[in-house]
Amino acid sequence: MTATTDSQGRPLVAVTGIGLVTSLGQGRDENWAALTAGRSGIHRIQRFPIEGLRTSIAGTVDFVEAEPFCAPVLSERFAELAADEAVAQAGLGRKGDFPGALFVAVPPVELDWPQRREIAEASGQSGDVTYADLLAGARTGRFAAFHELFLFGTVADRLADRFGTVGVPISLSTACSSGATAIQLGVEAIRRGETEAALCIGTDGSVNPESLIRFSLLSALSTSSNDDPEGAVKPFAKNRDGFIMGEGAGALVLESAESARARGATILGYVLGAGEKGDGFHRTRSSPDGRPIIDAIRDAIADAGLAPDDIDYVNAHGTGTPENDKMEALGLMAVLGERMKSVPISSNKSMIGHTLTAAGAIEAALSLMTILNGRLPPTINYAVPDPAIPLDVVPNEARDAQVSTVLSNSFGFGGQNTCLVIAAEPR
Amino acid sequence: MRRSVVVTGIGIVSALGEGIEAHLAAIAAGGHGPVKAEPLSGYPVHAVTPLEWDRQIPKKSDQRQMEAWQRLGCYAAGLALDAAGAKEDPALKGRMQLVVAAGGGERDFAVDGQILTGLREAADPGAYLNEHLLSDLRPTLFLAQLSNLAAGNIAIVHGVTGASRTFMGEESAGVEALRIAEARIAAGQVDIMLAGGSYNAERPDGPLIYELGGFVRRDGFAPVAERGDAVGEAGFILGSAGAFLVLESEEHAAARGAKALARIEPVVSVRTRREPGSVSQAFGEAWPKLGAARPDRVISGATGIAPITAEESAALDLLAPGATVSHLGDFIGHPMEASAPAAAAVAAGLVASGAARDVVATSVGHRRGEGLVRLTAPD
Repeated sequence: MTATTDSQGRPLVAVTGIGLVTSLGQGRDENWAALTAGRSGIHRIQRFPIEGLRTSIAGTVDFVEAEPFCAPVLSERFAELAADEAVAQAGLGRKGDFPGALFVAVPPVELDWPQRREIAEASGQSGDVTYADLLAGARTGRFAAFHELFLFGTVADRLADRFGTVGVPISLSTACSSGATAIQLGVEAIRRGETEAALCIGTDGSVNPESLIRFSLLSALSTSSNDDPEGAVKPFAKNRDGFIMGEGAGALVLESAESARARGATILGYVLGAGEKGDGFHRTRSSPDGRPIIDAIRDAIADAGLAPDDIDYVNAHGTGTPENDKMEALGLMAVLGERMKSVPISSNKSMIGHTLTAAGAIEAALSLMTILNGRLPPTINYAVPDPAIPLDVVPNEARDAQVSTVLSNSFGFGGQNTCLVIAAEPR
Repeated sequence: MRRSVVVTGIGIVSALGEGIEAHLAAIAAGGHGPVKAEPLSGYPVHAVTPLEWDRQIPKKSDQRQMEAWQRLGCYAAGLALDAAGAKEDPALKGRMQLVVAAGGGERDFAVDGQILTGLREAADPGAYLNEHLLSDLRPTLFLAQLSNLAAGNIAIVHGVTGASRTFMGEESAGVEALRIAEARIAAGQVDIMLAGGSYNAERPDGPLIYELGGFVRRDGFAPVAERGDAVGEAGFILGSAGAFLVLESEEHAAARGAKALARIEPVVSVRTRREPGSVSQAFGEAWPKLGAARPDRVISGATGIAPITAEESAALDLLAPGATVSHLGDFIGHPMEASAPAAAAVAAGLVASGAARDVVATSVGHRRGEGLVRLTAPD
């Protein structure tokens, strides 16, 4: 293929680097081996006390050090590792001098309890603690490092320093579709001709007591399998009962196909299309008719210049919540029609959990791995089929298959629906 | 081919009141905006004028589900939609996209205080924390805090459901929201967007993160340009505000009969490593990229922090010698993520009112976030 523009005359966007960190391991190879072996990375939480929690398991990444140990530093470390791998594979630019823009999906984390406690202690207050006391603690000037650490823009700023990206980095959130949005922003920037390359990252290291409890209070998490962590996430199965939080990062180096070819880079695949649609129905629930999900899927396929029949595998959002999986299946059936019953679809989250802010990027990376390896990772823990979801979920065992075009779905609280079309070759 | 992008709706609320006219009148009158001490922290804030929430957020249930920053954003977004003649056009709002600059919501400070007090004596702090977070946090608080739920609420309340993206990163988020909105429309990637942000300063947990770094002014009002350089004097006074602009391609506006209030030029943002002189240097680099800017007015988003506020002033003296510079912070305080959108809103309002033909809005964030937004007369 020598085309450098897509069917709409826009610069074609190639992927030349992929990086991954999840609870299953560090790097593309470790992750791919574990995923295709159907291994789960979900385990009992070791990081903090689990007394009293309704859900005490998660796909935390426990093999990465962070100092001080807190969500932003952990998120930064995961992003670094994933981006190091992606940039090295792309072989683009010199070390610390990446010739393109940076888009990072970061968890919206704030000052955490250990820091809040330290500041309260410094205030000297021995009675009831209030924010006036915390402010007094802050005025001691002893915690200046926390300021920088817990600003929303710091993770991206530090990554921009490390990788030497061009311009102001963008930190973004679209809740559980953030990782896909980071990629979408990169695709758009390249199509605009604003940059020849983009480093797009989704990262999340926010499994801590408050984050977990917040999801728990919304009844979003699985509570049935604390004693069987690996069996907890059951996407598309009738007995699915919620998601399990996961951690990690996914990074892609995107490049205009023209510049990738000009420098003789190996092209791993293409992001042919990105689609999105907002949902104004409810803060956490999808429109009952599935319209916004349907529109997002259609938008992505149309943006790619393809038809629904061109999709030959779906990397599902597949959280394992009763609501998501039902609505996702409904949306896909509406767009792909009867054919959807034989289009394989699987949920990486059955093994790595819901990596939240990182999910869209991790799953885009895994979609590319699926194409490159000609093998579909399974949906594990699929023992009780749901008659309402008559799909081929690649149950429990990986399967060889030639895949040329993947639809990767991401949906989030706040009516966020983002879909990517990733392919082996342009059309 | 780049398309020309115009502003067709301006929505702003702050200490100066509701709507662009109130802002232009107060800024023209000079002086400074009202300041009060936030009762629980004692820190000065520019509190938002009292608003009749029902006028933009008709359902009480929606008002209850939001924190103040989300209500402010929703309210300002509604004003912008009204001004753009888009409010009563569901089809248009159904394809209008959103880009929102947001931080997080306010915490439940009573619960935080009780837990911190209890943790001091708790035999098993981990178990204590779990137990109290589980029993004391309101389940819906999460949604009232999540950064992207400002956009989510605008979708729910106003039906702006094209799609939304939320940018984080303090002041920089506001600059980038405008930059990306303009760039996407100019490139034909989208026809119409609602771009802006909001911030609520009236809470005791607001200044904490910034006071950790010594960036907050502790005493009452002093003009942004005269805040000295000592910790606690130099620094910003936080301000509550919501500011949104409806941006669309010139053809799109014309086709639907919407009046172009101002033209927005490509937004320029610069990343620098903060050190003495870096702000002057950033302005020197960014200014030529604005095109042949000869502004009559500059709406500065300067914080009052030393030495960056003085550096910005010096740079503007060189780059915009004939322009009258107004520090928006004197009037509405520093609304963090919303500060560039608010400055751009006022700049667009000046152009729309005929008071100026070429206005540059500036951002120099407290830690990072340098950017310039130029609004010009559309004809």
